[in-house]
Amino acid sequence: MIQAQSAIESSGVTPSTAGIIETQTLEVSIGPQHPSTHGVFRMDVVIDGEVVVKLKPVMGYLHRNHEQLAEKMTWLDSMPYTDRLDYFNSMANNWAYALSVEKLAGIKVPERAEYIRVIVAELTRLLNHTVAIGFLLNDMGAWFTPVLYAFREREKIVDLFEAVSGSRMMCNYYRFGGVRVDFDEKMLAMARDIVERYPQFLDEFEKLLTENEVLLARTQRIGILPREQAINGSITGPVARASGVDYDIRKVDKYGVYGGLDFRVPLGEVGDTYDRYYIRILEMREAIKILQQALCGLPSGPIIAPEVKLRNFRVPAGDGYGRIETPKGELGFYLVADETGKMPYRYHVRPPCFINLTLLEDMCLGHKLADTVVILGSIDIVLGEVDR
Amino acid sequence: MKFPGKGLLDGVFVTIRNFVGSYFEKDRLVTVQYPEERVSLPENSRTFPFLVYDDEPDKMRCTACKICEAECPPQCIYIVMDRDEKGKPLQHPKVFDIDISVCMQCQICVEVCPFDAIKMDNDYEKSRYGRFDELMEHLPDLLKSNEYYHKIKPIEATAVDAKLQAAAERKAKKLVSPAPPAPGTTPETD
Amino acid sequence: MIPAIEQLREATLVAAPGASVEVVASTPAVQQLSLLVDREHLFAVAKFFKQEARFQMDFCSCVTGVDYPAKADKPGFIEVVYHLYSVAQKHGPIILKVRAPRELAQCEVPSLTPLWRGCEFQEREAYDLFGVRFTGHPDLRRILMWDEFTDHPLRKDYQPPLDYEWEPTPHGETLARARQMGGLMPPSASAEKLGSK
Repeated sequence: MIQAQSAIESSGVTPSTAGIIETQTLEVSIGPQHPSTHGVFRMDVVIDGEVVVKLKPVMGYLHRNHEQLAEKMTWLDSMPYTDRLDYFNSMANNWAYALSVEKLAGIKVPERAEYIRVIVAELTRLLNHTVAIGFLLNDMGAWFTPVLYAFREREKIVDLFEAVSGSRMMCNYYRFGGVRVDFDEKMLAMARDIVERYPQFLDEFEKLLTENEVLLARTQRIGILPREQAINGSITGPVARASGVDYDIRKVDKYGVYGGLDFRVPLGEVGDTYDRYYIRILEMREAIKILQQALCGLPSGPIIAPEVKLRNFRVPAGDGYGRIETPKGELGFYLVADETGKMPYRYHVRPPCFINLTLLEDMCLGHKLADTVVILGSIDIVLGEVDR
Repeated sequence: MKFPGKGLLDGVFVTIRNFVGSYFEKDRLVTVQYPEERVSLPENSRTFPFLVYDDEPDKMRCTACKICEAECPPQCIYIVMDRDEKGKPLQHPKVFDIDISVCMQCQICVEVCPFDAIKMDNDYEKSRYGRFDELMEHLPDLLKSNEYYHKIKPIEATAVDAKLQAAAERKAKKLVSPAPPAPGTTPETD
Repeated sequence: MIPAIEQLREATLVAAPGASVEVVASTPAVQQLSLLVDREHLFAVAKFFKQEARFQMDFCSCVTGVDYPAKADKPGFIEVVYHLYSVAQKHGPIILKVRAPRELAQCEVPSLTPLWRGCEFQEREAYDLFGVRFTGHPDLRRILMWDEFTDHPLRKDYQPPLDYEWEPTPHGETLARARQMGGLMPPSASAEKLGSK
């Protein structure tokens, strides 16, 4: 909608060609129903011609009050709800919650379960990054071809998740002290098959995309995020690493068995959209390395700590914060338990996508309206996590 | 050798290879022509719960203990225990409703059931013509036989049968055990 | 490396004299002890942790609020918790807690957004869901609820409004409210069910 006079008064911006022609700024609302906003998300953009001068993200359209629901249910009953936070990587969300509760209750996880957790989490990382790149290309106008190639590979991983946990997306696979179902020989063979064929798929995907002139023209020098600003803005995940922030929670906290696995953390230099795209490709190659090591070194043993009860599970009083490196960034759970210990007293999710949106305005200023969609796509948000 | 436009040309060759290859390689054409063909589901696949009966619907394993009702996260299960004329509880349910518009298929009811009475089905074709009462499954809809359970989940059903058989044998052995211990000594517990 | 909690406490007392800093215990298993700071000195203590070369806490990871309603002997308060980490030295967390009274007119805490931009959205969320006002925040307005919403949903004494969407399987508190509203029950809920729960 055009709001002529009020736009100038509210935005306080002087026309760009003052003195020659009198112009006005235009306030455009992108969303909430929009094919490229990755969900129900709105951006109030004020543009001067085609150039963005102000951008305010508006969220909350998918707010489902997850944090209050968790206060009314036991600890285990919140686990299926964590699947629905970032609905693409349900396994990673489960792990963050299970890790936080295990930290609070002092439960030790057996080794086979730790390896299985790493295998499943890295498969989730492959899943997420292919889909993120596919949809980034979709936002740029490559009408669904990269998405379908990405989804074709994703089908194999998602079929493995269905064979293991019963459901393709809402897996509900982790339990406090381990995982729910063991990997048998057929599932391990499926996993090995995926890991063997993935590099070939990545080579073909890269051949389609990485040197493509249209992609380069639309992503290089767009949405530059300087390193200091990224740290100050609490940006985590591939977005921060593309700007040169050397912080990967798998290397810092060394949760699970990541301390014993050999992988490197790729870093970008410029921090533009192209770096955010390319770093996801590099992270996928590192994830394949981790998967090969974990599949080779999978020990035998129990898959869940024997002292954990399914019903009447109690947690001692206190509070704690546990976090992991999901494909989108740092997902943390801040849990407070009171004396009864049966249900959480306070359950807070630290969502990476929500906080990564803090600097959306800074990244978009000075670029054109069409670039806002591309920059949003490169941050890779999922509204289930932004709004909870 | 790089020239302007090489990236675009390489991309075009990739799409051509995928398109032409889809006529020859099975991997490149992954569409399943539903509803004429259906994907074969793995064993662990789950959609909505159902109740298992052993030989006849009257011999259902459920004893209306209400543990699944208490543990269900979105609270979609309703159970009312059957009582006889004098009000004494009979160990099976009179009303067992599952609202499948609320059920989130999390499988927690299956994990906590102590009698292996409720299990997950893998039937996903549940469309109905209404949103409220039509999506509520009652006890007759939910009861399915143990043979059906063996058909959809052979490995798991065999394991459950073995476990129930072993428990029944242990119970039978305890009933046929020798004379009760003499007064003054503590009886041995199982 | 982060020193032990007592040394942290002493360091803050040196940096911000007059501050009242206490150590709050946590679960024995998790060992994440936190510093409870009073409202007036919160900004100075946070700035000290950010700028001091030993710590360099340049990354504020999580900001959240917890509601503790008044009990028989103790007054109620809302606690805001900050988790600080360091990217430069890869250590952490340092946890700061601050308390504010529950009454809306006095529920104010100094904002740490001028120090860490990443607190901006999270403080807005704490304002939206708890009612804590952050003085010095550049843009304090509701973020998850719509702008005309009046109450604060995550407080323990929040009553959800009665205009909920009618479900065919009312249970528990939804059942009680449905009966209150006139008892429009679906035929599937059996008569005995109305009595139980």
